Amino acid sequence: MDFEPIYLSLKLALITTAILLVIGIPVAYWLSGKSTMAKIILEALITMPLVLPPSVLGFYLLLAFSPNNGFGKWLHEHLNLQLVFSFEGLVFASIIYSLPFMISPVKSAFSHLPETLAQASYTMGKTRWQTFIYVLLPNIKASIYTAAVLTFAHTLGEFGVVLMIGGNIPGVTKVASIAIYDAVETMDYHAANQYALILFAITFAIVLAVFIFNKKAVKNPFE
Amino acid sequence: MIEVDITKRIKTYKGWEDLKVKTQFDMGKITRITGPSGVGKTTLLKIIAGLITPELGAIKFNGNTWFDAEKKFSKKIQDRKVGFVFQDYALFPNMTVEAHLAYGTKDQTYINELLELGEMENFRQHLPGQLSGGQQQRLAILRALSTKPVLLLMDESFSALDKELKGKLMTKLQALFLVQGTTVLVVTHHDEVFDQSSAIFRLED
Repeated sequence: MDFEPIYLSLKLALITTAILLVIGIPVAYWLSGKSTMAKIILEALITMPLVLPPSVLGFYLLLAFSPNNGFGKWLHEHLNLQLVFSFEGLVFASIIYSLPFMISPVKSAFSHLPETLAQASYTMGKTRWQTFIYVLLPNIKASIYTAAVLTFAHTLGEFGVVLMIGGNIPGVTKVASIAIYDAVETMDYHAANQYALILFAITFAIVLAVFIFNKKAVKNPFE
Repeated sequence: MIEVDITKRIKTYKGWEDLKVKTQFDMGKITRITGPSGVGKTTLLKIIAGLITPELGAIKFNGNTWFDAEKKFSKKIQDRKVGFVFQDYALFPNMTVEAHLAYGTKDQTYINELLELGEMENFRQHLPGQLSGGQQQRLAILRALSTKPVLLLMDESFSALDKELKGKLMTKLQALFLVQGTTVLVVTHHDEVFDQSSAIFRLED
């Protein structure tokens, strides 16, 4: 059995989750503040991958990444980066596709913190940054874990967007979900079953871990 | 002297109304702020702390401008050196009793003094969720004192304490205020809170 697709899937999920943690938490914090029209529009855009068919998102990303069009051309000419049919392209697409899985739970957790928590910290002379690090973040830890795990699991199971952007290049873009599809196409049900079982086991273990963690974690003191 | 002359549009049970306050509070003294529910007592404390911005007016603390609507100036909350005891306590669920105080001061001797003052020496490593309502309220008071504020703003800060404990704590607090020269504004519905030593400011509808 070729383990390369499993390794690629895990690598893609790990990189996507790490990048989304860095981008997603500050964006979620900003979105949880006072509502403005710009924030509402951005939130709607971030939520789109939840309801949009992956093929639609994949198609537009394919157009955007194409070296013949504006953004893709600019990336190719200035950074020598080609996102179509490359692993980097998969990472970029996965970040966009998994954005709501990271941002929604974290934003919701920030919104549920009482505003007096930050106010108490400010009156103690602490800056916004100190308040964020020492008071706000530690009190939404459980939501951050959940968001990270959901993002990881969701990226692991990506199919439509990955197929549109990356195609099926062994060792580069052929992730586990594509390998299953490929194996079924060639009637190799044994290989398909092996990949499917491994994906099932990994995903189940991850989701189970979240449930166990949430059960063990301190109950939300604000509820 | 704290000079307050502000107007803030607030939402009350009657709808939108203007909270207009023009008064002075003595420095180094305790002033009780009383008045009917919903009249804007908490809002007034938050305005003085810099947590809410009024539409009009000015606030001066000992001659220094803290807020001036005309000049569009508002001194940063962090630079006002106020202590605030919130009505909902606003304790940090992730921090132990001792960590709450250490967040405000690095002086371990002072932390120990505060714990003794609030009779909380035996709860150093407890999280807020493990404390009773009265203990949580005492921790909120101690935390506000940890930064040695020049102005302490207390919003219904003794409501969860029994009579005996309340009396003991108030006596100890008054001694501390005297030593530190703290000016104190207390929002309260209870006549027994700092009744002997305080001035009264009544906020009317």
